[in-house]
Amino acid sequence: MSFAEFLPQLLPILILLGLVLAVIGALRRILLWRQGQESTIHWAGLFSIPQRYLVDLHHVVASDKYISNTHVATAGGFVLTALLVILIYLFDVATNILNYALLASSGLMFVGAVFVLMRRINPPPNLSLGPWSRLPYSLLIFSSSFFVLTLPASGLLPIDSGSWLLAILLVVGIIWGVGEMFFGLTWGGPMKHAFAGALHLGLHRRQDRFGGGRSTGLISIDLEKDKLGVEKPEDFKWSQLLSFDACVECGRCEKACPAFAAGQPLNPKKIIQDMVVGMAGGNTAKFAGSAYPGVELGSHKGGAVIPIVDVLLEANTLWSCTTCRACVQECPMMIEHVDAIVDMRRFETMEKGKTPGKGAEVLDNLNTTDNPNGHAPSSRMNWAADQNLAVFGSDVDRADVLLWIGDAAFDMRNQRTLRAMITLLRAAKVDFAVLGDCECDSGDLARRLGDEATFQRLAKTNIATMSQFEFKHIVTADPHAFHCLKNEYADFGGHYDVYHHTGFFADLVKNGKIKLNTNNAISLTYHDPCYLGRYNGEYDAPRYLLEAMGINVKEMERSKSKSRCCGGGGGAAVTDIPGKQRIPDMRMDDANSTGAEIVAVACPGCSQMLEGVVEPRPQVKDIAELMLDALCEEVV
Amino acid sequence: MIFDPSLNIVTLVSIGEHPLSGRPRRAEQDARALELGLKLVADNLQVLYIGQAKSPATVSVLKDYLGMGLGQIQVLDVPPQADISNTLLENFKANCPDIILTGGRAENGESSGMIPYLLAEQLNIPIVTSITDIVSIDMLTGLAEVLQALPRGQRRKIKVSLPFVASVDMAAPAPRQSAYGCAMRGQLVVKDFNQSIDDVGQRHWQVNSAQMRPKRLKIVKAKTAADRFKAATAKIQGGSGKVIYDSKESAQEIFKLLRDEEML
Repeated sequence: MSFAEFLPQLLPILILLGLVLAVIGALRRILLWRQGQESTIHWAGLFSIPQRYLVDLHHVVASDKYISNTHVATAGGFVLTALLVILIYLFDVATNILNYALLASSGLMFVGAVFVLMRRINPPPNLSLGPWSRLPYSLLIFSSSFFVLTLPASGLLPIDSGSWLLAILLVVGIIWGVGEMFFGLTWGGPMKHAFAGALHLGLHRRQDRFGGGRSTGLISIDLEKDKLGVEKPEDFKWSQLLSFDACVECGRCEKACPAFAAGQPLNPKKIIQDMVVGMAGGNTAKFAGSAYPGVELGSHKGGAVIPIVDVLLEANTLWSCTTCRACVQECPMMIEHVDAIVDMRRFETMEKGKTPGKGAEVLDNLNTTDNPNGHAPSSRMNWAADQNLAVFGSDVDRADVLLWIGDAAFDMRNQRTLRAMITLLRAAKVDFAVLGDCECDSGDLARRLGDEATFQRLAKTNIATMSQFEFKHIVTADPHAFHCLKNEYADFGGHYDVYHHTGFFADLVKNGKIKLNTNNAISLTYHDPCYLGRYNGEYDAPRYLLEAMGINVKEMERSKSKSRCCGGGGGAAVTDIPGKQRIPDMRMDDANSTGAEIVAVACPGCSQMLEGVVEPRPQVKDIAELMLDALCEEVV
Repeated sequence: MIFDPSLNIVTLVSIGEHPLSGRPRRAEQDARALELGLKLVADNLQVLYIGQAKSPATVSVLKDYLGMGLGQIQVLDVPPQADISNTLLENFKANCPDIILTGGRAENGESSGMIPYLLAEQLNIPIVTSITDIVSIDMLTGLAEVLQALPRGQRRKIKVSLPFVASVDMAAPAPRQSAYGCAMRGQLVVKDFNQSIDDVGQRHWQVNSAQMRPKRLKIVKAKTAADRFKAATAKIQGGSGKVIYDSKESAQEIFKLLRDEEML
């Protein structure tokens, strides 16, 4: 028997074996996911997988052109090659066109794989090693084996060219290639990302994220349940377990994470990989990427029914997160890190009562005084004693605009912003009123600290208060309140037309209601607040306002969707997990490197965090304050 | 848990009131007493509330206490006019616990701070006030070592024989966070207490809201940081006080003081 006869007999067996094992692996993996809790299955999403891959996923990947092109070549080549291999060698449908197509596709995959390999010559620290370093070789072997195998069949080489040596090499190559690409696809190799990733794209828990949509509000939970939040991996929704399996360990999240950069014990990539360990069982020693800063690798283990905190990861890892969403924005696989972290925080806070730092005190204050610092609720309007504001309920019952003050009312720094806003609104002759002492904290802080109960109480109280009055819009200077009112109150019956003050003022300037002086030659950079930018997509209005004042914004390297958090989100300023440096200091370094003399902000949290950086540093000013300086007073 | 679980410890809790918002909350000292009890005997701690079990404020605050990890709280349901101390006494007479932990005084209502004293007197057991910790309990000799809080962070170690009443000071370790899940699942075991005794004295009382007392202005005399540190930490040196029985003499003394303070 020559190898020309031997190979065609062996090949179908090998391919069939690979496929059968892949199917068994897939079923096994699905059983792992099914350990999770029930949640809606969006079957229709499965039909959108190709579109979501090509549009939504590639939109994220394309921020790095090198890898997006490489991935198109490799993945496209692989999918085509795999289909053709099955057609030709398993079902024996051998036409010349198919053979040439297989040559082309495996060639394409080979070229892609070469670029994958080049990427890994000096891999950046965010890439995982281990099995992921093996992958480019597997890709090369898979593509080259089928390329060489198909050469004689296509007639480009005589049928019996080569020798037994080549045949053995081919067999080894095909076993390796099929092993990695078919078997590994569902049995936990690096190629798992293709299988789980495709399903995750289709069955994603937040279907609204696709097709240009946005879904950033935290998902509420039923407070009557026997267990609140996530204690063990099996307490996640099955769709979340699936999403963890989609991770490609590219480490873009790690590069974007402010807590990781500050040396706090958090690495979003590792959290997701730890969840995979938790779901499948095992220990964390095999992880081949960067550890949580300050935490030794491999000292933890997990299982689906083993509690996560203190066994699989340390509580401080969860509490380091600023919920800035940079990881979610960067993730090409659309994994929702923040959802998972908040789910675990909910258990820590609502079942164990272990919110670290000042967390417990702040939550107590929210419950007894409706503001995080425990000020008297009756002193909420003290800051505006000289402002003569119309108050809903006591002065008016309807107004065009409900001005949401937020907890800036108790903070002398941010009262300056509020005063500026009021002068501007009056200059534009806007009919507005405030809730006065009836306003409560929006619940943002409580919710991010995992206290869903307090959030829901505050949300329901605020909704009940607002339902008594008539207004068209809500305007607020606080992006956190903006986000809650706009995206998170809807679950409890609060549907409002909410503006952040920059968006509202931008409209007023466009309509000529506010006239701004245009000769402001200020050297200025703008810091995008997470909850305005990444959470709500508002990057343009603040920049429009700054340009309307004649200011040429010196953009930081990390700006717009890549903006770095100030360190104050998600209760991180309250839990205060130690790291090597402070996040606001890093952000101020970003600002310093532009040479700007002023950092414009649009969030009371950001102004507090950035003003906490020691001088000398650029001045921190809210856009409303800058606008007040540039306001053209009409002479009466 | 650091002590013999057979130790019978009861913590009394009350409904607190936030000083600024006036909302019901865990009373700060009672929560500390509860924290101390939990530290000593964990799940074997008995927690007792006496008052109007049906009022929504009571239920919400008792749930806050349950959220500290308690399985249940015993509630003695008594009418508003009941005399709390006598009713408690009735409850304890038959079965006196080894240790009764209380706060120093309630945050609202009469707020007389008399409960621990009355209980100790009537049960004929010792009382230690303002404790921050119970360091050890010797079951053989029946003696407990407790730490008592003194001003300026000082502590005094006291030996006291079981059973005793102890009121817990604000200087005791802060209470643990109240977790919503535990709070919802904990049980309030309500007992109608028929033998409640009416507070006869209270019937004729007239209640006014308290008035703010004038505060003495604080004059900082210290010139250096070392002086300020000393003022903040040093023991007050007693000895300047005197006991005067003669009314003329004492009037003279008051007059002199007012002169010195430049109030006359």
